[in-house]
Amino acid sequence: MKRIVTINTRDLAKSVENGGCGECQTSCQSACKTSCGIVNQQCEQLKKEEE
Amino acid sequence: MIHAYQLNGYNIILDCNSGSVHAVDEVAYDMIRLYENKSREEVTAEILAKYADREDVTEKEINEVFEDIEALRAAGRLYSTDRYENLAFDYKKRKTEIKALCLHIAHDCNMTCQYCFAGKGEYQGSKALMSFEVGKAALDFLIAHSGRRRNLEVDFFGGEPLLNFEVVKQIVAYAREIEKKYNKNFRFTLTTNGVLLTDEVMEFVNRECYNVVLSLDGRKETNDRMRKTLGGQGTYDRILPRFKKLADLRNQEGYYIRGTYTHYNTDFTNDIFDIADQGFKQLAMEPVVSDPSEPYALRPEDLPVLKEQYEILAKEMLRRDRVGNGFTFYHYMIDLSGGPCLYKRISGCGVGTEYMAVTPWGDLYPCHQFVGNEAFRLGDVFNGVQNTDLQDEFKLCNIYARKECKDCFAKMFCGGGCTANAYHATGSLTGIYEFGCELHRKRIECAIMVKAAEALDEQEALEAAEAQDVSAAPQDA
Repeated sequence: MKRIVTINTRDLAKSVENGGCGECQTSCQSACKTSCGIVNQQCEQLKKEEE
Repeated sequence: MIHAYQLNGYNIILDCNSGSVHAVDEVAYDMIRLYENKSREEVTAEILAKYADREDVTEKEINEVFEDIEALRAAGRLYSTDRYENLAFDYKKRKTEIKALCLHIAHDCNMTCQYCFAGKGEYQGSKALMSFEVGKAALDFLIAHSGRRRNLEVDFFGGEPLLNFEVVKQIVAYAREIEKKYNKNFRFTLTTNGVLLTDEVMEFVNRECYNVVLSLDGRKETNDRMRKTLGGQGTYDRILPRFKKLADLRNQEGYYIRGTYTHYNTDFTNDIFDIADQGFKQLAMEPVVSDPSEPYALRPEDLPVLKEQYEILAKEMLRRDRVGNGFTFYHYMIDLSGGPCLYKRISGCGVGTEYMAVTPWGDLYPCHQFVGNEAFRLGDVFNGVQNTDLQDEFKLCNIYARKECKDCFAKMFCGGGCTANAYHATGSLTGIYEFGCELHRKRIECAIMVKAAEALDEQEALEAAEAQDVSAAPQDA
């Protein structure tokens, strides 16, 4: 694709298949406390795969 | 649904429901925006007219872009639909497993920060320190209600938790004693103003805490205006060297320098850059949440300036990163490929369901921002959640419970926003704190732009290296 570069992103529809384990960090346990940083957390399953 | 925007010279297309991000040139940018509502013929005519002076924009080229758009659409990466509403409600209807507690280890503070939402640490109540018995009961409650969750998060919060450091140590020791038995992994976070951050505390924190949140607002004059000792003195000079030492001891990982900006420093990027110039690498800066009547409260007229600040921040972060002097900013830490799954994104932050706050005397509240409001008391750590009707209300908090989120491009990035902020702004748990949403949307746009820019930089470097390899390869005779 000459004029379109698709950045590598997680396929959200596919993430439903093995998702929902709930192991990722609660956003207010990082640095929020007054906002909502859900997307700032890493997926624990993908992190494990990387390791 | 797509969201198209231009920022820092990049044309970005976000496919909102799939989370796909495309960096495109201006021709594709226009075509993707037009494609949804116009016929191919109409789009072609418009593009040819707009780019009449461009030799590279021909009908053949336009047809190639159409093919690319259609391929992306077929792959579910463009114009994807939202089919997840039932999933969100079903997911949250499940039996609640609690995985995180915010322990209010001290309702007392050794500082008097003007903007403190905890009312100088006392949460509109009286001074109190958590006993070990309450802390122990809180951990027992957490383990008993955590089901299959292995990673359990406990945050030492206040007030100033180091005013009750001995109990913090006892609670951590108890957790370490029981975690193996129950096959759990405790992750501790400590949020501190730094006044009592001694070498002994640092050694403990570095051994036991997964994360440390260090409160500092930026430049000395900014910090000292709001963050004062009980005697009214500024705290910057006293705290900065300790934070520097701790961050270095942690190898600049597993911590945040977290600031709050107010109406007094709407040029807050200068505070962020000042913190970065001190050598810190993990930064967070939050807009103050306060009664609108306070003189330091952010005002609607501040919004254009604040949004511009987030753009300045993103551009400067990219610049610093490119010269090898980068830092991370919490709200721009979006991992596009390794971020949370769809369930996490649609189901909200977990307030009152997965996450609760515990007062010094053991009462349970949906989160730290509801502590002090008796109407939101869920129960206590000794008897568990008793107000299940209230908890059921929190179970409904997800992105589909808020009508305003339905057409918002950022919904998969914020989980419907902060419920406490929404409640305080509107009186409803399913309301919207529009001011916060405006800022968050801007942050999401900036964060995605930064990630797209980094990805394009990498791609460019790779192509350059490949070209060099080809030119360096021996030529056939």
